[in-house]
Amino acid sequence: MHVGLEHYLIVSTALFCLGVLGVIMRRNLIVMYMSLELMLNAANLAFVAFSRFNNNLDGQIMVFFIITVAAAEVAVGLALIVALFRKRQTAHVEDLTTMKL
Amino acid sequence: MPFDDSLNLAWIILGLPLLSALAITLFIGRDGRFSAQVSISAVVASFVLSLGLFGLMQEPLRLAGHADATPLEWLNLGRDLKIEIGLHLDRLSLLMLVVVTGVGSLIHIYSLGYMKGDRSLSRYFASLSLFMFSMVGIVLANNLVMMFIFWELVGVSSYLLIGFWYEKPSAADACKKAFITNRLGDFGFLLGIIMVWGLLGSVQFDELQARLGKTPEALGGMAALAGLLIFFGAMGKSAQFPLHVWLPDAMEGPTPVSALIHAATMVAAGVYMLCRVFFLFGTQSLWPGPLAWLDGWSALDLIAWIGGFTALLAALIAVQQNDIKRILAYSTLSQLGYMVMAVGLGGPTASMYHLTTHAFFKALLFLGAGSVIAACHHEQDIWRMGGLKAKMPLTFWTFLIGTLALCGVPPFSGFYSKDEILAVASHHSTALFLVATVVAFLTTFYMFRLLFVAFLGRERSEAASHAHESPRVMTWPLLLLAVPSALAGFWGIDTFFGAQLQPSEVSHPGNILEQIFAPFGHAPLAAMFGLGAVVFGFAAAYALYGKADSDPLPARLGDFARAMRDRFYFDEIYESLIGLTHEAVARLADWFDRWIIAGLGIRGLHGTTEILGRGLRLLQTGNLQTYAFLFVAGLVLVLIFALKC
Repeated sequence: MHVGLEHYLIVSTALFCLGVLGVIMRRNLIVMYMSLELMLNAANLAFVAFSRFNNNLDGQIMVFFIITVAAAEVAVGLALIVALFRKRQTAHVEDLTTMKL
Repeated sequence: MPFDDSLNLAWIILGLPLLSALAITLFIGRDGRFSAQVSISAVVASFVLSLGLFGLMQEPLRLAGHADATPLEWLNLGRDLKIEIGLHLDRLSLLMLVVVTGVGSLIHIYSLGYMKGDRSLSRYFASLSLFMFSMVGIVLANNLVMMFIFWELVGVSSYLLIGFWYEKPSAADACKKAFITNRLGDFGFLLGIIMVWGLLGSVQFDELQARLGKTPEALGGMAALAGLLIFFGAMGKSAQFPLHVWLPDAMEGPTPVSALIHAATMVAAGVYMLCRVFFLFGTQSLWPGPLAWLDGWSALDLIAWIGGFTALLAALIAVQQNDIKRILAYSTLSQLGYMVMAVGLGGPTASMYHLTTHAFFKALLFLGAGSVIAACHHEQDIWRMGGLKAKMPLTFWTFLIGTLALCGVPPFSGFYSKDEILAVASHHSTALFLVATVVAFLTTFYMFRLLFVAFLGRERSEAASHAHESPRVMTWPLLLLAVPSALAGFWGIDTFFGAQLQPSEVSHPGNILEQIFAPFGHAPLAAMFGLGAVVFGFAAAYALYGKADSDPLPARLGDFARAMRDRFYFDEIYESLIGLTHEAVARLADWFDRWIIAGLGIRGLHGTTEILGRGLRLLQTGNLQTYAFLFVAGLVLVLIFALKC
């Protein structure tokens, strides 16, 4: 069986949808965070696939950037979550409703 | 035109009173006596110039019938509408001019005595001058628009004069009533002018007459309506039913004002205007759609019946009035009804004739009443007078002359003019002839009632027993007015007017003896009926009031007498009618405001916004994941949308 671009893209889409569902459905902030990472990596997969099939390295360079930014983001995000947990004693989304006026 | 220069005298006649009004208002208002002198000299000068103009115009009148002073162009809207301020001089306007300025001069002089000591003397004379200016303007106007302007000016100045004692609430009310009632009529007048202009394309009297002469059917189906609308103006100014209510109330003004406005000039303006545009009134009796029920009646028929009805109504009311000025006011109404009826019956000559003589004797009567009122310390109830004949002989005798003239006793002037009206009526409508005869009877009855009660018998109040003759400045105008009141029947006024208004029916008078008996020659029936009415009226008045100390009529007539005294409740009816209309309109406006503006407009807008806000607020849960879901859902929607297209 020949593995073409569509197969990669389908996997990427599936990963992305799983990530979105995770963000929307799960109540724990840490798990939502991991789902976000899943979405980023879905994008990475799509980039690499395009790069490979178009014989163009731009996509792979983009992926490096994304991985770097994601690492920084994880550091900041986890720090925020830890700070939040210290203040509220919870990492549960439903307890965080200060955005409601 | 060879008469050009002398004709411009007319401009001076018109301008002098205006100049005096301006000078008094702007410069010399502080000095009451000087203001009075300025005003009096202005109007007397106008009178003298009018007489001069009258003499100068004899030649052109004989040649052309009329002449115009150099006009000023006022408004020029292309070829369709050109309005000028121009002076039209013909027999009608010239004689009217002399009468107005003449009677006006005497009243101005009389005012000097009557208003002595009033603290607003200069305001009084300024208003009087403004009034003279407006009245002369009406008389001389050569087109409908100019006439309308001066018509309104007369309204304004009469408002000022009637409300002269504005601190009295009754006077303040009366002037408003007069003005508003007049405005009602003027509205019809304005519509009429616009209609005539729309149909004939001109507002100038000469041109209108020429166009109508060329194509008599130019007014088409609107002829009767246009005539009636123009008549509305006369109805307001000449106080015809149903707009008659303002005139009696206007007696709240100073008595000379009543004499000027409500005897000789302003109320005569309506009749004068009708005669001026008499050529507009054809015999067509076709009405446009909604007024089709009037088919068969021409505008003139309606005018005649309204006049006749007013004459009868006012005469009946006058019988039971006790205020000396109100009796005269209702008498004026009644006589105006007579004139309007005469116009309606196709006799403008008779109408103008009666207008002229009436101006003399009614001004005389009003001034006489003023003299009585001043002598009795502003007592106006005739039942609180009595026995004044001995104390005020001059006033009494002149008043008697006025009364005889008004009743139509030969050889006084009123007899001849009234006889002409009766003759016209007897030729055209038996019913109106009978009405006119009854009115003549009633006129004699109430005038002699007034005379017997006020001047004869014994004094019935402190004020009356201390009365004394008025000063000379007041009695001289009485004497001067008594002359034309007695003699104007022999001056050929009717032939003078007739030559212009009804050239086919002019008869040439003979010597004085023939003139005295002329009415018995050309219309014996009318003359006999008129005389009979006078005799019966006098007999009835003598029998009832010859020696009466109180009014015997209420006991005999009961409710009817009360209705006459209460003016047939017209004021009350109007008041409740206007009240109800106001109430209905106010209710409608309230409903509209409450439900449409406040309800639908304001509360609706505010309600919609609030409901929308409440709905949208439900979306703001504060839950991060809901937002994320909505965000993704939106993204998906956008994607679907983008990919589909």
